[in-house]
Amino acid sequence: MPHSQDTPLAELLPPLSEHEALVEANRCLFCYDAPCTHACPTHIDVPRFIKKISTGNTLGSARTILEANLLGATCARVCPVEELCEGACVLGAEHKPITIGRLQRYSMDFVYGGDVQVFGPVRATGKKVAVVGAGAAGLACAGELARRGHAVVLFEKRELAGGLSTYGIIGLREPVAVAQAEIEMIRRLGVEIRNGVELCRDVALADLQAQFDAVFISVGLGGAPALGIPGEEHIVDGLEYIEQSKMDAGMLRVGRRAAVIGAGNTAIDCATVAKRLGAEEVTIVYRRSESEVSAYRHEMEFVRKEGVDFCFLAQPVKVHAPEDRVTALECLRMSLGAVDTSGRPAPVAVAGSEFVLAVDQVIKAIGQQKPPLAQALGLKTQRGYIDVNAEFETSARNVFAGGDCIRASGVCSTVMAVQDGKLAARAIEKRLGS
Amino acid sequence: MADLRIDFAGVRSPNPFWLASAPPSNSGAQVHRAFEAGWGGAVWKTIGAPVLNVSNRYGAWHYGGQKMLAINNVELISDRPLEVNLREIADVKRHWPDRAVVVSAMVESKVEAWRDIVRRIEDSGADAMELNYGCPHGMSERGMGSAVGQVPEYCERITGWVKDAARIPVIVKLTPNITNIVHPARAALSAGADGLSLINTLNSIVGVDLERLEVTPSIGGKGGHGGYAGPAVKPIALNMLAALGTDGVIGGSAAPISGMGGISNWRDAAEFLLLGAASLQVCTAVMHFGFRIIEDLCDGLSNWMDAKGFLSVAEVRGKALRGISDFKDFDLAFRAVARIDPARCIRCNLCYVACNDTAHQCIDLIAADGRVVEPYSYDARSNGRQEAVGSRPQPRVREQDCVGCRLCYNVCPVEKCIEMVELPPCRESVTWDEISKKQPEVTQDWEAMERYRKAQGIHIH
Ligand SMILES: Cc1cc2nc3c(=O)[nH]c(=O)nc-3n(C[C@H](O)[C@H](O)[C@H](O)COP(=O)(O)OP(=O)(O)OC[C@H]3O[C@@H](n4cnc5c(N)ncnc54)[C@H](O)[C@@H]3O)c2cc1C
Ligand SMILES: Cc1cc2nc3c(=O)[nH]c(=O)nc-3n(C[C@H](O)[C@H](O)[C@H](O)COP(=O)(O)O)c2cc1C
Ligand code: SF4
Ligand code: SF4
Ligand code: SF4
Repeated sequence: MPHSQDTPLAELLPPLSEHEALVEANRCLFCYDAPCTHACPTHIDVPRFIKKISTGNTLGSARTILEANLLGATCARVCPVEELCEGACVLGAEHKPITIGRLQRYSMDFVYGGDVQVFGPVRATGKKVAVVGAGAAGLACAGELARRGHAVVLFEKRELAGGLSTYGIIGLREPVAVAQAEIEMIRRLGVEIRNGVELCRDVALADLQAQFDAVFISVGLGGAPALGIPGEEHIVDGLEYIEQSKMDAGMLRVGRRAAVIGAGNTAIDCATVAKRLGAEEVTIVYRRSESEVSAYRHEMEFVRKEGVDFCFLAQPVKVHAPEDRVTALECLRMSLGAVDTSGRPAPVAVAGSEFVLAVDQVIKAIGQQKPPLAQALGLKTQRGYIDVNAEFETSARNVFAGGDCIRASGVCSTVMAVQDGKLAARAIEKRLGS
Repeated sequence: MADLRIDFAGVRSPNPFWLASAPPSNSGAQVHRAFEAGWGGAVWKTIGAPVLNVSNRYGAWHYGGQKMLAINNVELISDRPLEVNLREIADVKRHWPDRAVVVSAMVESKVEAWRDIVRRIEDSGADAMELNYGCPHGMSERGMGSAVGQVPEYCERITGWVKDAARIPVIVKLTPNITNIVHPARAALSAGADGLSLINTLNSIVGVDLERLEVTPSIGGKGGHGGYAGPAVKPIALNMLAALGTDGVIGGSAAPISGMGGISNWRDAAEFLLLGAASLQVCTAVMHFGFRIIEDLCDGLSNWMDAKGFLSVAEVRGKALRGISDFKDFDLAFRAVARIDPARCIRCNLCYVACNDTAHQCIDLIAADGRVVEPYSYDARSNGRQEAVGSRPQPRVREQDCVGCRLCYNVCPVEKCIEMVELPPCRESVTWDEISKKQPEVTQDWEAMERYRKAQGIHIH
């Protein structure tokens, strides 16, 4: 992959040089039944792929990764490795853990930078599977099935495939080109991607059920929920903000003083984008305190270094926008009360504590809504998410689902979506075989 | 402060470290700088017969990111004119009267040729000479070097010629490319050699180029065996050194041995001294890092000697020879088992896989609740740092099944994590030699062995 750091949102980490990769690979102990492999949701055989880097078998290394995780290039960049593989590395306790993510990227860059063919052709099975939604889960499921000779059509409502990898993960972490190269590889495995086709609008589930032997639904989540405060129409949606920064950063309107509402990883990302694209002051406004923040610790540290401020225990109540120009975000002071259903102390408004932050842009990053299709499809749901059994099958026979749209509990991440896609593909294959 | 001075067959030097006869001692300017850095002596790069050298003459063996665990060379003896070398030797000796200046020589196997070189070396003022019977390539094709060292009769004859002519001490440098090092060593001593030195380089092909499909290094498309030296050869050198020290004839003689082969630091140096070396020579480590390594060689050795209460190098010499024994004299009742310290263990499971796949299947993985679990026994959906670390089992040795082979101890990456614990023996001390004498049938017949084992309570699974 070509790497340039000449734009503010270009990929943050440079690739490892061959020498760096070899030194790091040689540091790995080659543990047996390694904890890093257990910690990886797709259970990539980490010591095996690292050993192969050290022996100069980079192609074999890449294949080891891709056999467990077809989106190895994306995951190498976006995985919260501190919480996953690297966090479990046996060298973490007293030394520095192996930089598994960056080594993984090294092997993946070898594939995508050199147009290397990793998988050979397979014999067609004659079975047909429809996959809906070309995010991480859909791509992984489609690729796994195609790799085993099944005919797969992947329906995607948007112009580009990739889901949040293409539109939602900031370029600092993953450039659009990386996601697109991976999609190209999935295509080459034999997956037919039909862009601009939306389930329920352009095609009905019943049609897919009739035309295909099985269906996999991986439509992700919806847009940001409404805050329900006066002036909401002047608030910019965080996901759209990030999307614009990736597709055409030049066209993104960036405030001089921006407030970002929310304190999850999306809020951190929005604040980073705003800051890097020239905002002088960026403040993350969060209604609870720092200990309740859902963003990863390392992300918090990163954004602080970027110069972003925090305003904790503040609940936005109104956007001031005289003559349609944002001038301030009015907030209420909060204090922490009893533990609520989320297991964290509930924020309680302090009466009469209104104050204003003088800002000219307000961005909301308060998470995504539950999958909007869940009800429309007539499938059984769990807390608003599509309900699946242990085999990833929904309440409709031969209709499977995975990715963020089934994640009723736990943290949404790309690598979890990939594992869902992979396990669902295995379940589908088992079904097709019988 | 320990006294590092040595006296080697009458050759004195302020510390036991000499440059081995090799590229570091190729010229007067280099040896001057080495002495300035603190080297106790130098064995001049071998002089003698006329030669020409080739390019790409050094190969190396690198491993796991570590550079030059061994070097391999097809260099010949000095390609500088004899007169130049002799002039520089004289100059160096004049400047450095307190250092050992030894001149290595190799000429055609003719009595006149050897007499002539002896005279010239003595005229240079050198303290001693070393006969190079070791060069394993090029020179040996011409009937010199290891072609001499490999045939004890030649060793004896040529050493005799030299001793007849020489007044300064004569050291014979042995080749390791021989089945039993004792034979040429005895031959040299019986011809009157004043000291021995070992080892010269080992025959080796250092690698094959996977692109060009030819051996490395490539000398215009050709290559071949060269002399192997450096850290990787140390165990071979130690074994040969010990073989001389424990030989009745050689060990019993007064002739000192100059040890070399893989000495890279003071620890290696101390090991050579403990196995009987009286002086130490170094080549590859200097070629890797330069003359400056002498500082820690002396400093480390001196500190270690102080800590151990050794006052002089001579006191260290040969101290570990007493424990050297043949297998037949080992105590078969000696018992040690591996024990893992869970507080140090990082749970890499390298001991587990080594024992399970290639030793005696006696390390178990123990879950937090005390159950023995299989590796890879987590669910495909289990993931994350907490689950992976939290549920990771602890390897534990089933001591009753451990044969004490020491494999796990050797593979464990953590210092002092696995200990080989000595257990009280379950039976009377006995050696194979004693069994052979008292119950010879046990050593010859499996059924008799079975009965013996039953009687002794020896179970092997
Ligand atoms: C801002 C942000 C940053 C993130 N950063 C990270 C990170 O750094 N690391 C990490 O691991 N995870 C991160 N995540 C989470 C991660 O992106 C998701 O968990 C992952 O993308 C989920 O994949 P998915 O396939 O389930 O859904 P998505 O990636 O959301 O893909 C769903 C796809 O379905 C399509 N679709 C939706 N409805 C229809 C329909 N009706 N018909 C056809 N197609 C449809 C969508 O257009 C989309 O392409 C981040 C999320 C956000 C929002
Ligand atoms: C490049 C090279 C050239 C050598 N040349 C000679 C030589 O001319 N004469 C000699 O007696 N030994 C020669 N040797 C052998 C060394 O003196 C020494 O015996 C051997 O390298 C082992 O010591 P080491 O492991 O410290 O290198 C040479 C070794 C090397 C690596
Ligand atoms: S835990 Fe660390 S050292 Fe062990 S295999 Fe994984 S990366 Fe290598
Ligand atoms: S090799 Fe050492 S550190 Fe690794 S699991 Fe075994 S005892 Fe523990
Ligand atoms: S000493 Fe050998 S037999 Fe005993 S536990 Fe270690 S590897 Fe296994």
